[in-house]
Amino acid sequence: MSRISNVFQKDGRKALIAYITTGYPSMEATLKVAPLLAEAGCDIIELGIPFSDPLADGVTIQNATHQALLNGVTVKKCLEAAGQIRRKVSVPLVFMGYLNPILHYGPEKFCADCAKAGIDGLIIPDLPPGELPALDDSAARHGIDVISFLAPNSSDARIKEVSGKAQGFIYLVSVTGVTGVRKGLSSDLKGFIARVRQATDLPLCIGFGISSAEQAAQAAELADGVIIGSRIIQLMEDGQKSYKKLREFLGEVRHGIGG
Amino acid sequence: MLPDEKGYYGPYGGRFVPETLIPALDELAAAYIGIKDDKQFWSRMEILGHDYSGRPTPLYFAEMLTRHCGGAQIYLKREDLAHTGAHKINNALGQGLLAQKMGKQRIIAETGAGQHGVATAAVCAMLGLKCVVYMGEEDVRRQSLNMFRMKLMGAEVRPVSSGSQTLKDAINEAIRDWVTNVGDSYYLIGSVVGPHPYPLMVRDFQAVIGRETRRQVLEKCSKLPDYIVACVGGGSNAIGIFHPFIGETEVKLIGVEAAGDGINTGRHAASLSRGKPGVLHGALSYLLQDSDGQVMETHSISAGLDYPGVGPEHSYYKDNHRAEYVAVDDLECLDAFQLLCKLEGIMPALESAHAVAHAVKLAGKLDRDKIIVINLSGRGDKDTGIVADALGVTL
Repeated sequence: MSRISNVFQKDGRKALIAYITTGYPSMEATLKVAPLLAEAGCDIIELGIPFSDPLADGVTIQNATHQALLNGVTVKKCLEAAGQIRRKVSVPLVFMGYLNPILHYGPEKFCADCAKAGIDGLIIPDLPPGELPALDDSAARHGIDVISFLAPNSSDARIKEVSGKAQGFIYLVSVTGVTGVRKGLSSDLKGFIARVRQATDLPLCIGFGISSAEQAAQAAELADGVIIGSRIIQLMEDGQKSYKKLREFLGEVRHGIGG
Repeated sequence: MLPDEKGYYGPYGGRFVPETLIPALDELAAAYIGIKDDKQFWSRMEILGHDYSGRPTPLYFAEMLTRHCGGAQIYLKREDLAHTGAHKINNALGQGLLAQKMGKQRIIAETGAGQHGVATAAVCAMLGLKCVVYMGEEDVRRQSLNMFRMKLMGAEVRPVSSGSQTLKDAINEAIRDWVTNVGDSYYLIGSVVGPHPYPLMVRDFQAVIGRETRRQVLEKCSKLPDYIVACVGGGSNAIGIFHPFIGETEVKLIGVEAAGDGINTGRHAASLSRGKPGVLHGALSYLLQDSDGQVMETHSISAGLDYPGVGPEHSYYKDNHRAEYVAVDDLECLDAFQLLCKLEGIMPALESAHAVAHAVKLAGKLDRDKIIVINLSGRGDKDTGIVADALGVTL
């Protein structure tokens, strides 16, 4: 049983998954905010590895990753940061990053170093399941879950195929689109989740566009967890001053989805 | 026959995209298989290719240029004479008709130099489809004429201010639009790049260049060419002219990349010459990247070649040596641009001038019975401002 799977064993408690870009607005901020997220009730922390061409991301995360790159963040520095965070928190840590920097680092070495740093899973938005078996093999060898995505337009056949390979939880994209703050939740989310439920018993977490406690509560009613990224990045824009706001926001969300 | 059913050319290609695009790629691949043997579709392609695009384009013996070089006979495949001024119309027309057949009403495209954008805008106007073109701010500035041409044809041009503000960033933004509007929109990509089936499909639509060349050169010379030279950015005009000759190994294929300020300056766009395999825009292929796997900013005087990636099929031909890839810098390109103007009265696109520059170097070293075909992929009207600037001339 992986550390990620354990999160979903607490009967009925909905998981709160928070994304931050490693090195945004600074590496110091990342090292301070990650424990804050865990204290505020986040069950899994996603650490973003910045990439020059984040084509699944909206403006907020594009800007954050761009700033992180300007700050000199590399894959190696992300691994070091993860190691430091791991010493402070016990919740699962997941890297969210595009494929090329991982490929360039070397999938086997990357997974080995992830395991050493205490990383539990990988979310790679431009890697559909099965497209790079070498990475899957390395991840499995080092006990790292590779998280799969499904989208509202995924066919039933595709849902079945992806569910069969999925590990940890399935990341359900709430809308067709890129990451970023949105006003409401898509109306066809319910039908989409029902279709996935039929195919798998794995935990389902909803991400993309969730930016308020109210949306989070709505999403949590349908799924096993919610993922929040862009809104957290926005709240971090003001550096240290924003930590209080961030704590309050996460408190509201945690309350909204049930303590 | 390449690619394999998963879209791989040896180790290159594939579908490295967000999950939301998988259904769209499946739908596209199925639609493309559906038209492969559809006689009606291809007959419409041929009629429009003839009546709208002006095909076949001529194969012209460049006598003055040949005499100047003093060696091999140089022929120009005149894609610059195709409608909208470049080979890009072949692919825009094919994919436009396919999109229409699939019932898609909104077309998304990216453009660098603007040639693909203009071709797509033209086809959309003709087919009555809505057209949105993404173009980097830097390219909007240096290719403003093409920007205006697109608007005249009814396209909405969206300048892209992220990253290096060139072709790469325009593709990022086009993909973000596609992932958001995947239900009703068709992404009409302009080169043999992107996830499967794009590199295959674009190649097939561009292979008309090579088929015509083969027939024309046999008619004129009673033998196959010894060399085919084409510029490579993403690589669509090169694949188009290379492809029908792939099995004929006596025909040497040369792709010419942009060496920008110089191949050793770090300011260039020579993905095959200096890149390493990596994933960008949905495919595994040679890629210009830094020591951390971040995509590098590129430089070329030619906006159409200013791209850090390259089509996966080219990566395959580089590794198996079926094609040779060389690089030509900005200054050599400018010289070739002027040379062709002066000697032949033909103004090549700066992209195509890279191929001319290499062919000129090559021809002088070869015997007079050798034949070189240059794919003159586009015309240079759009580049007069850039050339004037580079030569210190005020217009």
